[in-house]
Amino acid sequence: MPTTNAPNTLREGPDENGHFGIFGGRYVAETLMPLVLDVENAWKTAKSDPIFWSELEYYRKHYIGRPSPLYFASRLTDYFQGAKLYFKRDELNHTGAHKINNVMGQALIARRMGKTKIIAETGAGQHGVATATACALFNLECEVFMGAEDVIRQKPNVDRMRLLGAKVHSVTSGSATLKDAMNEALRYWVSKADTHFYIIGTVAGPHPYPQMVRDFQCIIGEETKEQMFEAEGKLPDTLVACIGGGSNAIGLFHPFLDDDVEIIGVEAAGLGISTKQHAASLTGGRPGVLHGNRTYLLQDNDGQITEAHSISAGLDYPGIGPEHSWLFETGRIEYVSATDNEALEAFSLCSKLEGIIPALEPSHALAYIKNIISSLPKNHIIVMNMCGRGDKDLEAVIPRLEEMDLL
Amino acid sequence: MKTYNEDRLKLLFENLKKEKRGGLGIFIAASDPNLEISLEILERLPQAGADMIELGMPFSDPMADGPTIQAASLRALKSGGSLKRTLEMVKKFRENDTKTPLVLMGYYNPIYNFGVKNFLIKAIKAGVDGLIIVDLPPEEDGELCLPAQKYNLPFIRLTAPTSDGERLPTILKNASGFIYYVSIMGITGTQSIATQNVQNAVKELKKHTGLPIAVGFGIKTRKDVADVTSFSDAAIVGSAIVNVIEQSLDSNGEGSDKTVADVLALVRDLAAGVRNKKIA
Repeated sequence: MPTTNAPNTLREGPDENGHFGIFGGRYVAETLMPLVLDVENAWKTAKSDPIFWSELEYYRKHYIGRPSPLYFASRLTDYFQGAKLYFKRDELNHTGAHKINNVMGQALIARRMGKTKIIAETGAGQHGVATATACALFNLECEVFMGAEDVIRQKPNVDRMRLLGAKVHSVTSGSATLKDAMNEALRYWVSKADTHFYIIGTVAGPHPYPQMVRDFQCIIGEETKEQMFEAEGKLPDTLVACIGGGSNAIGLFHPFLDDDVEIIGVEAAGLGISTKQHAASLTGGRPGVLHGNRTYLLQDNDGQITEAHSISAGLDYPGIGPEHSWLFETGRIEYVSATDNEALEAFSLCSKLEGIIPALEPSHALAYIKNIISSLPKNHIIVMNMCGRGDKDLEAVIPRLEEMDLL
Repeated sequence: MKTYNEDRLKLLFENLKKEKRGGLGIFIAASDPNLEISLEILERLPQAGADMIELGMPFSDPMADGPTIQAASLRALKSGGSLKRTLEMVKKFRENDTKTPLVLMGYYNPIYNFGVKNFLIKAIKAGVDGLIIVDLPPEEDGELCLPAQKYNLPFIRLTAPTSDGERLPTILKNASGFIYYVSIMGITGTQSIATQNVQNAVKELKKHTGLPIAVGFGIKTRKDVADVTSFSDAAIVGSAIVNVIEQSLDSNGEGSDKTVADVLALVRDLAAGVRNKKIA
C-alpha cells in the first residue's frame, strides 16, 4: 500500500479533481463522465483495501516476477569511464516491459467492479500484450485498439496479442498512431459502458488514470530505493528514464521526488527538435487539452494536435502525462531529449557490451546518459530504468543499424 | 466588457411554442469541404428550413464523434479551416441573418489555445449565440462555462442516457440556452435512436429543468425529426447532413454546386418533419 506522505511533499498530488497544479483534470464528454467516476470510486475503495494490495502482491511476485533486479552495468560503466551505471531491470518482467505492473492492478480493479470485458489502446504493443496477458489469466474478453501504422511496425506484438486471445482493432482514423488508438478506444468505451473497463496504459487520460497508473508503477522506484541501499548503502545520485506518456518514468521517479536525487526524463527527439519531426511534448510543445487532461502537447498555431515522430512506437505520442507537465514547470525534474539515431547507437552499444537488447524506448534514456556519464565522478551513481526489451524492435532496428554500420 | 445581449435562442424557442412545433437544428462543420461551399451552405440553411445552426469548430481529435464527423473535421482542416476562420464565417453569416440562432460546437483545445477571453469577445462580436463544448463537463466549469456566463453567453450542456437523477443536478447547475440531450450511448452518427427510450428520458429531464430540450445524435430522417419533436423542443441533425456533403464530393474530394444543392434538399425534407407534425 502506498505510504502516507509528510506535508511539503511533491508526492501528494493530484487534488480530488485530479489536478496537478493546472494540469490533469477530467476533460471528457458527459457520456464518459459516469464511467470515469465509477473507475475513480472503484480505485478509491481498492486503494484502501489491504486485500486488494495483497492480491496484487501475489501476482507481482509469482506472475510478473518482481522484484526486478537492480543490475550494475559494469561493462558500460567501464566503457564510459565515469559514473557508475545501474539498470532497473523491468524488461525482465513477464511480457518484457513495465506495462504489466499497471495492467495487473487495473485488471484486478475491473474484476472487483464485475466487468467482464477489457479494452486498451496500445502504441508499441507492449501495453496491448500486457493487457491481453492479464485478460487471458483472468478470463476476461480483451479488445485492443492500435494505430494501423503501429500494427505494421510492431507485428510481433500484434501476433502475441492474437495468440493470447485478444481482438486487435486496427485504427485508421486520423494519423493512425497511438493518439488515434486512444480516441477510438474512448469512443468505443462510451458505447459499451455497462460491460467494459478501459485499461489505459500510461499516466495520461482523465482522472483517476494518471494517479492510478502512477501508483501501480511506483513499485519500480520503491524497489530501486531498497535495492540501492542494499547495494551501495545510499540513495542514487541521478535517475534517468525515457518518456512517451511517462509511466515507466513516473514509476521510477515518484518515490524519489522528495529526496536529494537528480531526476532526468528523456523525451524522443525523433529526427531532431528543430525538424518538428519529434515526440518531445515538453521540449517542443505547449499546454493544451487532449484525451481527458490538460498537459503539454504538440500542436499547431490553431490548437490542432500535430503528429509525433519517433522511431520508437512507444514514445510516438504528442502528449505526456499531466504530472510530468507539472514536475516540468516546478523544475523538480529536468526533461531532455535524444534523437532516433542516438537511440539506435545506444541500442547497439548496450546489446554488445551488456548482452541486454534494450527496447528502443529505454535506448533513448541510455543515449542521454551516454552524453553525460563520462564527465561525472566515479562515485556518482546513475540508475536507468530498463523498462522494456528490444526483441519487438528488431525488424525496425536492424536495417537502420546496417545503414549506420553498427551491426 | 462587451457582453452578449442578443436573445436569439430564447426568441426561437418562444416562437416555436407559439407555432406549436419543435425546431430543427442543423449541424455542419465549418470549412467542410472548403470555406466557400461551407459558407454558402451556412447562409442558405435558414431559408431551407433550419431553425437553428450548430456550426462545428474543426478539431484534429474529435473524441466524441463517429467516422462521418471525424472525416468532416479533417476535410475542414485540410482546406485551411481554423477557429479564426470559423469565427469569420459567423461574422459573414450575420451580415445577412440577424435572427437564426447559431451555436458553436466543438472541443476545448482550440479555444484554450486561442485564449478563453479573446475567444468569448470575438465569438460574441461575430454573432455567436451559444457554445457546446463536448469535452468540458461540469467538473471543469471554471475553464469556459463560468467565464461564458460572465459574458452572458449561453453555455449549452449535454446530458446522456447515463445522466441519472444523481448526476443531473450537477450537469444542470450552470446550464443555459437549452439542454442538448444525447440520445444514444455512443458517438455521433453511428446508430439510430430508440424513440420510446428518448421520449421517457426527455420526460424525466423536464422534471429537472425548465430549459428547452433539444435531442441529437442518431437523428437521420424526416420521420426521426417528426417523432423527436413531438416530445422535445428541437431535433438536431448532424451526421446525416455531413454524409450528404461527403457523398457529393468528386473523386478529388472537391465539393461543387451539387454539394450545396444536395444538403439544402435534405434540410428541406427534414424541415417538413417539424412543420407538419404538431400542426396536425
